[in-house]
Parts: sequence; structure tokens; C-alpha cells
Amino acid sequence: MTTFDPYAPSRDTTEGTVFSVTGGDWDSLIQEIGSTKEERVVVNMGPQHPSTHGVLRLVLELEGETVTEVRCGIGYLHTGIEKNMEFRNWTQGTTFVTRMDYLSPLFNETAYCLAVEKLLGITEDVPERASVIRVMMMELNRISSHMVALGTGALELGAITPMFFAFREREIVLDIFEMISGLRMNMAYIRPGGVQQDLPEGAIPKIRDAVKTMRKNFKDNTTLLVGNSIWLKRTQGIGYLDLAGATTLGITGPVLRSTGLPWDLRKVQPYCGYENYNFDVITADTCDVYGRFLIRMNELEQSLRIIEQALDKLEKLEGAPVMVADKKIAWPAQLALGSDGLGNSLNHIREIMGTSMESLIHHFKLVTEGFQVPAGQAYVAIESPRGELGASVVSDGGTRPYRVHFREPSFNNLQATSAMSEGGMIADIIGAVASIDPVMGGVDR
Amino acid sequence: MTDSGMFGARGTGDTSGYSGLVRTPASTGSSERPYGSYFDQVADDLERAYPEFSQAIERIVVDCGELTLHVKREKLVAVALILRDSLKFEMCMGVNGVHYPDRADREFSAVYPLLSLTHNRRVRLEVIVADADAHIPTLVEVWAGNNWHERETFDMFGIIFDGHPGLTRILMPDDWQGHPQRKDYALGGIAVEYKGATIPAPDERRSYK
Amino acid sequence: MGLEEKIPSGFLLTTVEKLAGYMRKNSLWPATFGLACCAIEMMAVGSAAKYDISRFGMEVFRASPRQADLMIVAGRVSNKMAPVLRQIYDQMSAPKWVIAMGACASSGGMFNNYAIVQGVDHVVPVDIYLPGCPPRPEMLMDAILKLHEKIYDEKLGVNRAQIIKEVELAAMNAKPTIEMKGLLA
Repeated sequence: MTTFDPYAPSRDTTEGTVFSVTGGDWDSLIQEIGSTKEERVVVNMGPQHPSTHGVLRLVLELEGETVTEVRCGIGYLHTGIEKNMEFRNWTQGTTFVTRMDYLSPLFNETAYCLAVEKLLGITEDVPERASVIRVMMMELNRISSHMVALGTGALELGAITPMFFAFREREIVLDIFEMISGLRMNMAYIRPGGVQQDLPEGAIPKIRDAVKTMRKNFKDNTTLLVGNSIWLKRTQGIGYLDLAGATTLGITGPVLRSTGLPWDLRKVQPYCGYENYNFDVITADTCDVYGRFLIRMNELEQSLRIIEQALDKLEKLEGAPVMVADKKIAWPAQLALGSDGLGNSLNHIREIMGTSMESLIHHFKLVTEGFQVPAGQAYVAIESPRGELGASVVSDGGTRPYRVHFREPSFNNLQATSAMSEGGMIADIIGAVASIDPVMGGVDR
Repeated sequence: MTDSGMFGARGTGDTSGYSGLVRTPASTGSSERPYGSYFDQVADDLERAYPEFSQAIERIVVDCGELTLHVKREKLVAVALILRDSLKFEMCMGVNGVHYPDRADREFSAVYPLLSLTHNRRVRLEVIVADADAHIPTLVEVWAGNNWHERETFDMFGIIFDGHPGLTRILMPDDWQGHPQRKDYALGGIAVEYKGATIPAPDERRSYK
Repeated sequence: MGLEEKIPSGFLLTTVEKLAGYMRKNSLWPATFGLACCAIEMMAVGSAAKYDISRFGMEVFRASPRQADLMIVAGRVSNKMAPVLRQIYDQMSAPKWVIAMGACASSGGMFNNYAIVQGVDHVVPVDIYLPGCPPRPEMLMDAILKLHEKIYDEKLGVNRAQIIKEVELAAMNAKPTIEMKGLLA
């Protein structure tokens, strides 16, 4: 080391010498490493890194440009959400759970609500309109999540324009979310028993327009990347993981479908009425990054199909309730837009203060204490954009969750990084991680 | 614990008397046959493939449309291998730990949801261990995906998985003391300061008994 | 720094301050420090789709903290990530500013528990706190514009030393929050 830098002395450890690179000293570093006769270098990538999807730390052991060992360090975004939920209501659990996998918040909410409804025993009583709205919102969320996956995946591999196109599509979807639920992200819209409130006027025509626009806009990314020789060179044959590896590692989602197995929970174990929709399960049989990329691109079209069918159903179900009929569970106060632009519930207030004592009691009890869920445990799994998202909910009969654990698909999928990248080059790790599409909020919870 | 006043949540924090949902919680016995849907098939196949069935499986519970097999921890790996190879439960969805401090000598529950791709079935394995002896044999050899899940359960609860290739903390910093998801571990929040008053952290707020 | 340290307080110094402030605010380069959900809103602002910060010259999110001026801490900072945050902040070269984006970065947000640092001002000095969960892209742009004004008004040289002394004295004599009376008192 030429000059003393308090942040980068080299130190000797039991594992060998550790160098900290601070920039501008690459020559001296190479000289020092060359003199130690060590062929293998351990490089730390992240947790702050532009190309790892979020706060992921990759510890690489390199031999030249080839990677001999990859280990993932996670936990940099651990928020203790599961423990926090033990001190809140069952309904407040939705707001916590929604922030785990922040790119697909509605999927988190749905898994949690389906598990709570299973414990409550009201799965059959959830109104059909609520289920259809849930399906539509989930498919919109699938589109927005795949857009981020494609955009950031392409960005990490060096293609910058697909990111702009992807985020443009995402803005269309976020506009719809804002119109329906009030928020662009982390909406807490799907509650145990149904959804928070009904679609506003003008939502269905707006969504139909958006579907038309998106169908046209998806072609931009397709023409740019599919068949592009640079993209093919970067993604074909990279990140190989076959069916045996995927099943033992518990991998689900596009990574599993890229091995050729058409496993999609929406088809094999339907929930929320998915058995009534026509759509295809997209698979690829190349087991590589390119296959997963094609799967995600084609799933966008399938999601649009489902959304159109859901809109048709919603038009027929105009005026139906969106919350379960049992007033002791249904979250009160359907919000409406008041004259000051804020949520108002004048009708509801009129009812509880003026006409119905029971409504007042229900409202009070539900908001202060919450409903009680019978004791037991339930595991519900849904197909999130990344794979099987499972909610394992344990109740002891009270108004607060006893233990909620989420089986996040990214947690399992990230374990495949080593299998996919060892023996390849550093640049291929980026592609492999991007094809797994991990969301660190879900991995660390 | 001395009990004074109306405030201070203990246990579930609910005020009794309200709720139209009255369901007696599942007792500690087994469910009775027939279990319904594919559960009988699974139980019969397992019994056929695993002769020591009655010694390994403590009880079978069918609740909310789900089958749970309570397995003794010594026989866990054997049962898991049979479930994976003969009954074709190829995927394990991870390990979930639950801490019941009130169940003396049976405090920790480790729950393994399994999935069969060939038969499209789900089953759950549950292993119960005491706090004083929280060791469970590892299932990493059976399903490699359990590697990180067992590390997480160790990190959050302190259950040690014997035979795990590298049982270290995964979510908390490496030198963290304590296991956060246990019920006796405080939530750890701080009081929020306002002008002239503070709001205590969520686990210390008053809540009716 | 340089010549501006030597200029005595007066008209020349204020002109140099205005010039330096104008230059700095119009080409702030953010460092990528997106952690959680707020990072996605930050990406929405950074990509040219609908909300575009390249109109301020800020679309280059520098990966290397050595080349960045602004660290937008977007998302919840866990206890494991806090030393990394401090290291990245230290590796940025002066002048540098920090925006705490979102409720979790400003104060710990909804996660008042063992795992989250209750406000990144426990770790780095913050210039602008931006509430929201997550804040809308327009809110982030508003925060950036307020930061631009703050940068424009920054003093240099002797004036800066003077301001620092005054601010420190005010901070030392300030009442802690819990002893303050609200608007109604």
C-alpha cells in the first residue's frame, strides 16, 4: 500500500491477507496479490451494489474471471415483520405483510388473508365480487412486478432502454392501483373477508384502456430484446438449473417452469376462483436465463387475458358486496371521497350514530380489539410472480396472530445462486441473480 | 405475577365475550378416521412403506383441510426419506418454528410443509421439542432447500439442527445475542417522543386484559 | 478547500457562495442506496418514464460513492446494514448531503422493533427528512428541490465557520422534545 488510508489497510487474518480496495490503487493491489502467489481471490460484492437486486451480499471466490464459489449473505433488510405482527390485530397484519415482498404487495396480502379466512372458516363466504377484484389486482400486480424484473434485469446486464419501457408500463399499472386503492405501492387493500372497498366509477373503462395500451407497449420490449444477438449471448446457456436441482432446492415459479415443468399453483391448486379463467401456463425447456426471460414476457400476455376476463365478470357483478357478510369480521366504514378530497364515510357514520346500535358496537369492537380467529394453524400457498408464496399462520384463539411465517419464494430461489453460477464468469452471476428475481424484502422479512 | 389494574395485555390481548365464532380449539388427541380427501391414502401409504409407523408418528391431526403428521424427532429423517422417495413428496417448503412457552417440555414446534408435484398433494410434518433440549436432526440431506430455512429457525428460535453443514445466523448480525422470535424476547422498540409525552413501544402499550 | 477560504467576509464572498451554490445544486449526483420499497419509487423517479429527475441533471445514479454528492437513503435500515450505511457515507467526499426518504429512514417508520434503526440520523447526519410510506415520486422531487434551495444558500469560508458556530450554540441550548410545549400550551 502506497499511502495510509484509514479505511483500507490490508490485514492478515487466519484466512489469508484481506485487502480493501478504495479506488485508484488497482496497480498496487495487483502487485501485492501477485506477490502472494495466491491464485484464488475472495471478492465481496455488495450489500450496496448497483447490480445485485437490492441489499444482497455475494461473497465470490475467484480464479481469474472464473467464479469457483459463491455464497450469499442476506439479512441486511431484516425488519422483524413477523414478530411485529404478534402485537397487532389480524386486520393490521395486512399492512405489515404487504411490505415484505414490496414489488408484489397484493400477493402477500392475499396469501395472508386466505390463510386467515381458512382459519376463520369463511373461505366459501367471501363474496364473488371480492374474489374477482382480488384476481384482477393480483394479475395487475404480476404485470408491474414482471416489469421491474425485466427492467432491472436488463439494466444490470447493460441494456438501459428496456428499463425505461418497463417503468413506463409500470406507471400505467400504478395509476390504476392508485385509482382503486388510494396508493401506488403497499396498498393494504386486500383484507381478511374481502377487499377494503369497491371499485370507483370509471375504473373498469380505465382498466380496459390500460390493457389495450399495455398490449401495444409490450411489443417495444419484445422487439428490442427477443432475438437480439447481444442479449442472446448474455443470457443463453447462463444460469443453468435443471429439474432435479430445482425440486431439491424447493424452487418454484418461473425458474421451475424454465425446466419444462408446467407447475403453476393457479392451475393445479386454484384459489380465489382461478379455475374459472382461461389462461395458459408458460414454460420453457432451456433451463437458462433466456428461458426465464421469455417466460416472464409471455406471462404478461396471459395476465392481460385474465384481467380482461375479470373485467367482464365484474361488469356482470355490479353492485355485489365486496366484504364478507358476517358483520363481526367485516371491516367497517366503506370509505368514499369526500368534498375535501379525503376519505369520508358519511353514510356509515350516519348509520352507526343514528340508526343501528349493532353497527356501532361492531365498528367499535372491530376497530379497537379486532375479531377473534379460532385456534389452529393454516398454510396457504399462492403463485406470486417469483414462485410459491406460502403463509403459515398460527392462531391461539385471540385477536392477535400468534405466529405468522411467510415462506417466500425468493428465500428458496436465492439458494440456487451457487448452483447456477459456480464455474461461470462474474458477469454471468449478475444474469443468474437477475433471472431468479429475488426481492430482498421478502428474503429477509 | 401480581395482577393489578385493568391494563396490561397478557397472552392474546383479547377481551372475552365478543364473537359469534365459537369453535373449540383442537384437542391434543389425534383426529379420527376417515380423514377425508387424500389424507387417508397418504396415511395408508406411509404405514405400508414405513413399518415402524406407530412408533414414529405421535399423532395425526386433520384441521382446516390440512393434514399434519406429528413425528418424533429421532425418526424424522427416516420418515422424511420415505415421504420423499415412496410417497413422492419432492419438495419441502421450508421450516417454520413456533414457540409455545406455556406447553411445559414441549415448547418448540418445527413445522415442515411438504408438497408433492406428482400427486399434487400437501402434507405437514411437525416436530415438537423442549426448550431445554432443542435439537432436531437436519433435513438438508433430504431436501437441500432446507439449508437456509434451518439457519433462519436457529437464528430466530435457537433450535439447533444436528448435522447442518453450517448453522450460523442468517438474518440477524453474526454477533447478535438472543433469539428474536421467541415469546420471551421483547419486541425491542423505543418509546416515540412527542412534545411533552411519549407513546410506548407496541409491546408495552396498555391493552385490556 | 481553496481560494474561497481566504476571501474575507463581504460582497465578494457572497458572490462566490452564490456561484458555488448554483453550480452544486444543478448537478447533484445521487449515490445508489435503495434498500426497500422506497427504492422502487426512487427508481420510478430516476427512470425517465413519467417522473424524470434528469431535468435536474440527476439521472446518473453513481454506483461508486466516491463520485456521488447525494445519498438518498431509501428504505428501512436494519441493524445489520447500519455499519455499511456509515461506511458508504464516509466514502463519499465532501460536499455531501443526505435525504432520508420515507418514514422508515426518517424515524424507523412503522417498524418500532429490535431490527430497525429508528431513524438514519442515528447513523449519518441528515439534511432533508421526507415522510411517506412510500413517498410519491412528486414528493421525492419536492424534497430534492428543497435540498437544492438549501445547497444554494450554503455559506463558504468565514461565513461558514460563523454559521456552524451559531448552529452548534443553538443546538446545545435547545430544549429536548419532551420538554417542549405544543401549540396549545
